Formats: sequence, structure tokens, C-alpha cells
Amino acid sequence: MANRIDEVTAPRRIVIVGASLAGLRAAETLRLEGFSGQLTLIGDEPYPPYDRPPLSKQVLSGWLPVDHITLPVQVKLDARWLLGVPAKRLDMLKRQVVLADGQTADFDYLLIATGTRARPWPDADEAALEGVCSVRNRDDASKLYKLLSQKPQRVLVVGGGFIGSEVASVCRDLGLEVTLAERGPAPLGGALGTTIGSIVAREQRKYGVDLRVNTVVTALEGNGQGRLRGAQLSDGSTVEADVAVIALGALRNVEWLFKANLSADERGVVCDTYCRALDNKGDVVENIFVAGDIARWPHPLFHYEEELLAVEHWGNAIDQAETAAHNMLNPSFDYRPHTHMPNFWSSMFGASIKSVGLPTVADQVVITQASFGMRRFTAVYGRQGKVVAAVSFNAGQMLPSYQTLVEQSAPFPPDLHASDQPQTFAPQSAGFPHAGHPKYDTGAEPNMVTP
Amino acid sequence: MRVVVDLNRCQSYGQCCYAAPTVFRFHNGESLEYNYAPEDDLDEQVLRAAKACPVQAISIGIEDEAYEALEQKVQQHG
Ligand SMILES: Cc1cc2nc3c(=O)[nH]c(=O)nc-3n(C[C@H](O)[C@H](O)[C@H](O)COP(=O)(O)OP(=O)(O)OC[C@H]3O[C@@H](n4cnc5c(N)ncnc54)[C@H](O)[C@@H]3O)c2cc1C
Ligand code: SF4
Repeated sequence: MANRIDEVTAPRRIVIVGASLAGLRAAETLRLEGFSGQLTLIGDEPYPPYDRPPLSKQVLSGWLPVDHITLPVQVKLDARWLLGVPAKRLDMLKRQVVLADGQTADFDYLLIATGTRARPWPDADEAALEGVCSVRNRDDASKLYKLLSQKPQRVLVVGGGFIGSEVASVCRDLGLEVTLAERGPAPLGGALGTTIGSIVAREQRKYGVDLRVNTVVTALEGNGQGRLRGAQLSDGSTVEADVAVIALGALRNVEWLFKANLSADERGVVCDTYCRALDNKGDVVENIFVAGDIARWPHPLFHYEEELLAVEHWGNAIDQAETAAHNMLNPSFDYRPHTHMPNFWSSMFGASIKSVGLPTVADQVVITQASFGMRRFTAVYGRQGKVVAAVSFNAGQMLPSYQTLVEQSAPFPPDLHASDQPQTFAPQSAGFPHAGHPKYDTGAEPNMVTP
Repeated sequence: MRVVVDLNRCQSYGQCCYAAPTVFRFHNGESLEYNYAPEDDLDEQVLRAAKACPVQAISIGIEDEAYEALEQKVQQHG
């Protein structure tokens, strides 16, 4: 690919803000595709890029030390790393990023990959109690690992999305008592709907989790010496707990862009299918690209009523970063659109969960190929008579064939191996909240379509 | 050596667990988990695992001193 780069118009300086999964993968792609100019990565964390999925799984269980999860590099990056200081401001006219310590980085092309952070517990004093934490970065996971190794009497998990449920699962593996409070009618209800969520609820309870659904934590209580003692719940009950894990979803790291002429707000930064940022008026900014958890873009397959898609998952961060980097280096007739099929995996309560497509837009769901008393099954999601997603529980091998159905917008319910594998159940409501109603587990749903 | 596995792509075939049993394993028999930073003496096993994976889900990093220096800097500073 290197020979494609035109020596005259080739960018000389590329700056990437956000030195995590998307930022690193973009940097690698730039070098692999022959970019030989100055490459700068700016990251507010002091660490080189590391992988987040193990933070709520193997790092908490103690199987992986937290300094073991640094991501590999596939090519010599020869980059300038500005780590440990956040970018504070973007000057689009000067083509310059200003850091909080006054340093500056000039660019011809910029990639915005600042991702998200954990939504904090709303009461700052309660959040400051010893024993309260969230799980988004290395420091969070180190802190929670230490708290869990002190064998707390009970852990309270606030929020039953993926991260909350994974943490609850690890707590049980460690033999700890755990209460999980979820505002909606079922854990994972925001991501998978309450029909599949209630199957997850049953598994969680079997695994020994004290699960409280339709329940909000109204206050965290200290012991008078700054340590967490317990919490009050909306049903009037109290829970005694010495550790609380706040898992209420994520906030997008967009504040540093608020003064720039970009289409950026708390829902993310809007870009086109080629990953180019849009300005306030909706026009393309040719030299600024966006990738990963922070991006919102029009996905050709999931573009209902002009809505934009944001995908907070590992696979999208990688694909979008690679596409953005490729497009930065190539003339527009060689641009690649970002048509990534959303996917993710999770692991909890002895189950390996894998998803393709977009469950959150479904109106119906049907369970297929259930076996071993529902230990293995695949849930196929439909919207207005078309397949939009499939989620497998301990049945990942089947997923590629369901992916084809999603890609083809095949009729729902699907007609799968009708003779030997009868559908286990009839289609039923997927159980997502109706438009205009509050979302279950606010912000915790990983795939969101936002207007 | 540094390793990352694309767990969306992984089909849980388990070949990697045979090739490098201390690096790759199944949690609860279902979910693959792995050490991102295996010791040097396991290099050969890990290379064999990556080759054995039928869906090429395992990526192995190159040695990049400048990159490694970033991690060392963090550890020195605490
Ligand atoms: C605990 C946990 C478990 C997960 N498990 C899974 C899973 O099992 N499966 C799955 O598919 N996905 C999972 N994910 C999601 C996945 O990790 C994310 O989708 C991915 O990290 C997104 O990468 P990103 O580079 O876009 O953003 P991020 O990883 O959020 O990186 C953004 C980086 O930018 C930095 N930054 C922010 N603001 C600034 C600034 N102003 N200046 C400089 N730097 C800044 C941030 O500190 C961060 O380092 C998990 C996430 C978490 C937190
Ligand atoms: S060999 Fe590949 S597909 Fe099989 S378990 Fe290992 S990583 Fe997954």
C-alpha cells in the first residue's frame, strides 16, 4: 500500500488523541500502510495502551496481574508518546492540540479516540467513601482487586449491565457475597431486552447473586470514619456492604472538544461513514477523523429514521480505527466506508455470551437451538419482520451463520434447519423500553442508537 | 512476548490450549482466557498456538524497545 501515498499531498504530521485500543490500532495501521511522517499519541493515562475487557474479569479474579494486559504492537510505531497529560483544547484553525500542561501538538490530520469514562455515582461525598469504586481503567481495577482480596463481607454492585454483571460473577467465583441492584426489570435488559434478561436473572440467582431488580440504590452510607457501611434501596430496605461497585454505564470524553467547531455533545462526536468528523453545520471536516467508543455515525444497515449508531465495544474500536487510518492516507476514491457489523463477547456466570448485529432495535426475539436445560442457546432478534441480531450463550460456533442472516436482513422469525432443529419457542416481545421512556440501566447498554 | 486474542473471532476450538496450556485456558469450560504477557520461555509454545488457531484469532506483537520503555517508565514511577 505504501506506493499509494503521494509524496506531495501526503500528511507529514498525524496526531492521535486517546492512547487506548482505537488510538493504538490506528497508529499501527498508519505505519503498516506506509505513513512515514511524524506520529504523536496523546493519552491522559500514564500507561501504554492496554486492553480493558480483562479489567472486569481476569484482573479481578486475580488470574492476570494488571500490568500484564498491555496491548502488543504489530509494527514499529516510531511515535512520540505524550502520556499522562490530557488534551485540553483543539484549535482547528491552527491545526493544533493544546495539552493541559501547555504543550502543543501540530497536525495535518487528527484522530479523535478519547472514548468514555465511567459514569460517577451522583453524590460526590458518598462516592468518596472508602470502598466505593468503578471499573473503567487500570487504576480502578487495581483498587477493586485490592478491595476484593481483603475479603469483604458483601459487595454491592450498582447497575446490572455487562460490567456490573461481570463483576458480580467474579465476586461469586471468589466466594464473596454479592448484591446486585438493577433499576430495570432484568439484568442486561438494556443491552439484550428483558426477555433474554430474565434468563440471565435466573442464572445469576442460581450462581448465588442476591439480585434486586426494579430497584434503585438511593444512598450510600458511611460508618462515620469515611468507610462505606451499606446502602439504602428504593424499596425501603438496606444492604450492608463494605464494597460498592458503581456500574452505571459510561460518559463520553468530549469536553475537550466543546469549544471546537465540531458536531460533538454528550452523545459523542458525529462522523460520516468514512470516519470524517462533521462540523457544527454538519459539513465534513476533511482532516479530522473519529474512531471507537466516542464516535457516532450513520450505519447503512442500522440507519432507522436517520439515527446515528454508537457502539461501545472492542471489535468496533478496532475496525473503525483501521478504517479511519486507511482513509487518512488515501485519496477519496480509495476511501473505505465503516460498515462494521456490531459484535461483542462477554463472560459471566459460567456462560460465554457472544453477539452480532444490534439487539437494541429489535421488537421480537426467538430462542433457537436450546439444549442442556438452556445452558446453550441462541436468541435471534427481529425488527419489523427482519433479523437484526443474534446472541449466543455457550453456542458461539453458530454465530457466523446468524451473522449472514443479519447482513441479508433475512425474514424474521428465521427458518433454521426446520426439520431437525425445531424452534424451541415462539417469537415473543424482546422487552426493550418503548421510545421516550427511560432506558433500563441508564447508559449501561453497550449498543445505543441515539436520535 | 505480548499477545492479544480477538474473542469475537475465537470459536472456542481450544487448539491454543493444547499448544500452550499455561497461557490459554477455558474459564468454566466455556470462555477463553489468556495471559497477554507470557514469559520468554513460552515463546515457542505461543507461536505454535497462534499457528494452530483455525480462525487466526491470536495476534503476537513484535519486539519494540521504544514501546516497552513506556511500561518500564510507569513501573519506575510507581
Ligand atoms: C471493564 C470493561 C470491560 C469490557 N469488556 C468488553 C468485552 O468483554 N467485550 C467487548 O466487546 N468490549 C468490552 N469493553 C469495551 C471496550 O473495552 C471498549 O469498546 C474499548 O476500550 C474502546 O476503545 P477506545 O479506544 O475507543 O476508547 P477507550 O478505551 O475508552 O480509550 C480512550 C482513551 O482516551 C483517553 N482520554 C480521554 N480523554 C482524553 C483527553 N482529553 N486527552 C487525552 N486522552 C484522553 C482515555 O483515558 C482512554 O485512555 C469493556 C470495557 C470495559 C471498561
Ligand atoms: S485456537 Fe483460536 S479459536 Fe480456538 S480457542 Fe484458541 S483462540 Fe479460540
